[in-house]
Amino acid sequence: MNAILRLDDVHTDIGQYHILHGVSLDVPEGGVHVLLGRNGAGKTTTLRTIMGLWRARRGTIIFRERVITAMRTPDISRLGIAYVPENMGIFGGLTIEENMRLATANGSFDKGRLDRVMALFPAMEKFWGKQAYALSGGQKQMLAISRAIIEKRDVILIDEPTKGLAPSIIRAMIDAFRDIARDTTILLVEQNFLFAKALGSTVAVIDDGRIVHRGGMAELAADTALQTRLLSLSLEAH
Amino acid sequence: MTAATLETAAATPARRIPMGRAIVYGVVLAIGLVLATAPFLFPDVRSQEVAARICIFIVLVASYDLLIGYTGIVSFAHTMFFGLGAYATAIALKTMGPGFDAILLGGALGVLAALVLAILIGLLSLRVKAIFFAMVTLAAASVMLVLASQLSDFTGGEDGITYDIPRFFAPANKLFEDADGKVVRLFGVALNGRLALYYFVFVTALVLFVLMLRIVRSPLGTVLEAIRENEMRAEAIGYRVVAYRTAIFCIAAVIAAIAGILRAVWLKYTGPEVALSFAIMIDILLMVVIGGMGTIVGAVIGVVIMTLAQFYLKDLMEVAAHATADVPLLPDLLNPERWLLWLGVLFILLVYFFPAGIAGTLIGKGGHK
Amino acid sequence: MKALSANIERFGGVYLLPVALAVIAFVLIAQPSTWVTLTVAGLAMGMMIFLMASGLSLIFGLMDVLNFGHSAFVSFGAFVAASVLAAMASWVHGESAALNLLALMLAIAAATALGAALGWFFERVIVKPVYKDHLRQILITMGALIVAEQLILAIWGGVPIPVPRPRVLEGSVVIGNVAIETYRIFAFVLGALVYAALHLVLNRTRVGLLIRAGVENREMVEALGFRIDRLFIAVFMAGSALAAMGGAMWAGYQSLITPALGAELMILVFIVVIIGGLGSIEGSLLGAIMVGLVANYVAFLFPKMALASNMILMMAILLWRPFGLKPAVKG
Repeated sequence: MNAILRLDDVHTDIGQYHILHGVSLDVPEGGVHVLLGRNGAGKTTTLRTIMGLWRARRGTIIFRERVITAMRTPDISRLGIAYVPENMGIFGGLTIEENMRLATANGSFDKGRLDRVMALFPAMEKFWGKQAYALSGGQKQMLAISRAIIEKRDVILIDEPTKGLAPSIIRAMIDAFRDIARDTTILLVEQNFLFAKALGSTVAVIDDGRIVHRGGMAELAADTALQTRLLSLSLEAH
Repeated sequence: MTAATLETAAATPARRIPMGRAIVYGVVLAIGLVLATAPFLFPDVRSQEVAARICIFIVLVASYDLLIGYTGIVSFAHTMFFGLGAYATAIALKTMGPGFDAILLGGALGVLAALVLAILIGLLSLRVKAIFFAMVTLAAASVMLVLASQLSDFTGGEDGITYDIPRFFAPANKLFEDADGKVVRLFGVALNGRLALYYFVFVTALVLFVLMLRIVRSPLGTVLEAIRENEMRAEAIGYRVVAYRTAIFCIAAVIAAIAGILRAVWLKYTGPEVALSFAIMIDILLMVVIGGMGTIVGAVIGVVIMTLAQFYLKDLMEVAAHATADVPLLPDLLNPERWLLWLGVLFILLVYFFPAGIAGTLIGKGGHK
Repeated sequence: MKALSANIERFGGVYLLPVALAVIAFVLIAQPSTWVTLTVAGLAMGMMIFLMASGLSLIFGLMDVLNFGHSAFVSFGAFVAASVLAAMASWVHGESAALNLLALMLAIAAATALGAALGWFFERVIVKPVYKDHLRQILITMGALIVAEQLILAIWGGVPIPVPRPRVLEGSVVIGNVAIETYRIFAFVLGALVYAALHLVLNRTRVGLLIRAGVENREMVEALGFRIDRLFIAVFMAGSALAAMGGAMWAGYQSLITPALGAELMILVFIVVIIGGLGSIEGSLLGAIMVGLVANYVAFLFPKMALASNMILMMAILLWRPFGLKPAVKG
């Protein structure tokens, strides 16, 4: 399998704190790949470092054979990497339409992609001209994801999309992600193991700024002993 | 120098910090000694003017450092508090006549007014962003300046107020008389009321300065530094950030008002130029940044350097302006009246390259980053 | 009570405040002709201050930079306009209304262009190194203000400078027993046009969309693929140019300017952005109109209270709404 995104011994500091201690990770092309880990393990930092929002102090990040470690965030984005942060990054004062229009490369919508987004998340069509701050939490998450897929992107980095969402909405999200993953690689940071299990093809577990396990999601789902070891490490801590 | 000493010098960089600290405290102590003996070292009137001005500004600048250096918030209202103290004392001396009761009552009212205003401004605007606070204090200070010039019945407007101070402080007052009824001289200096006035200013300034040193070394100072370094964390630990900030703002305001009282008594004149103008605020800012924010002792160094510069930089520019008289514009820029221009440039460079100031850099702490 | 506030909201909410002010003033002044004169003066003054305040507010909203040197652009604008008008005295005083106006337009254009150029320099040299550090930002922009004011003193001298007013804008328009200064009408119209243009740019163009998004969340704008630093420069230049334009208008309005003008106006500008809320031009307009009206009404009713009145207005509004009347939506 070819890695579309590769992290090699990435170290990141935030202020005086050393957060990533050499993360090495291959994200294969296609499918959903899950990064699991407890709070503070370095999941969000990993995504932000890929995106160039925090600078790696050491190590390299390679996207499709290109070293992007030192690139500016906008340039990384334009290479085809979308980012859905944990707080969703919705522009509350802008309408749904304006939020999505900002994510298009030249300000106009591709009819086909727009239709697909509307089919995935009908709420977007319903609230099209409304300001985004009025949306519910789940709808904001849908908007954040819609924004990430309104243009063709190669990789989407998503940070805990299920946080605080009702189970029915999570089920709808699973369907949407399956659909999106047909033509896009998704790197998903998640704490909800059931959600991760339903979607993931591979999984990596991060702890204390290092990758402590890599493998197929199916193996981890089948191996309860491994689950207990890794997930007590990564999930039971909170 | 042998290789061995080089090696030890390189291996113990920590050594240099106490060294810098020693230099700073040594210089400050030396300045303190000079100020303590100034009437005897420099008996001329002009030098005493300068020495008293330095004493008063050390208090004023150190109290500002309490605020900017230990909380990281910028206030432009410090001269307002200074002016309140000065004006209240001046008005009391003018209306009640030259007595210590007037200084006491006027001073107390001035300090009280400063305290009330500080509480109001603090509670109103310390809740929101620090940057709001800078704007609000700037607006408040300007309004005070306009009020002082408009309420001329009380304040004398642009001309200010001249008044007499207690006779005890007059040069004609002989503190000690010899057998002939002449004033006793010590090392050739007359022990008269003027000398008493200088020491009144000096001792009050010294007491306030030591008090401020105690404040920053107290638990309050530690809490303030914690808030400055990480406001959110301090709040999370349970410190009531707004309450602490308002408290230190009030302390700084009260000390500035007392400095204003000293200024009013020493000068026998109070007007916008000497007690309230924005130029004083800029002086304070320059002094605190040059000296070193968050050190208190830096105030001493900043004040002395700035005060001396104000005298000598102007002379230097005078010479330079004459030398470049034929070049267009340059003489205008080098005109001694434009000395603030160069101080402004110096200020910007300092904030870029030495944000910790002289004392902060030498001590190896303080400053804001 | 709830129904009442809902009704107020429906009829314009906080936008009703200037109207309420005007009504109260009408009762207090009790002379309709005086009231009209004062109201027009207040609106004209408000529009000029809006020009100065909107840039400051947008720069803060987008970049989180409060430029204490903003008033330097106002001063430079005023003095450059005065110099240009003085240099074109024959056009300014000539019979041809077209040449009159052309001279004024050239003066305003020169001031605005210089404002943009200075803004570029300011952003690159003064402000850029201290993004995200408010303390040093305040200190450095304050230092830059001192230098700028001293430069103005060095270039134009300390004496008041007369600003010739184009002949066509001299005098008043008389309607019934009400006389309105022509220049005030001009100032109001120009201010309104600039507001309309800003409103269109912000709400109907892609750059405007980016600016509004950037005010809310800079990082996300970058993550969507836009260079926020380029946006910063553009907004900083535009804001500085607007301040200089406001300064040029103010110079013509005052007809005698001193180097202290920048410092005096800065206080009003700060009060405006605090009242209006940082980051939105609607807030700046609202704040500017209120400050202009209050300044003129109070100057007539209680002459000694003029500046203090705006301070009191600011305090009252801060107590009621700590973030101003119409701040930009965040997050």
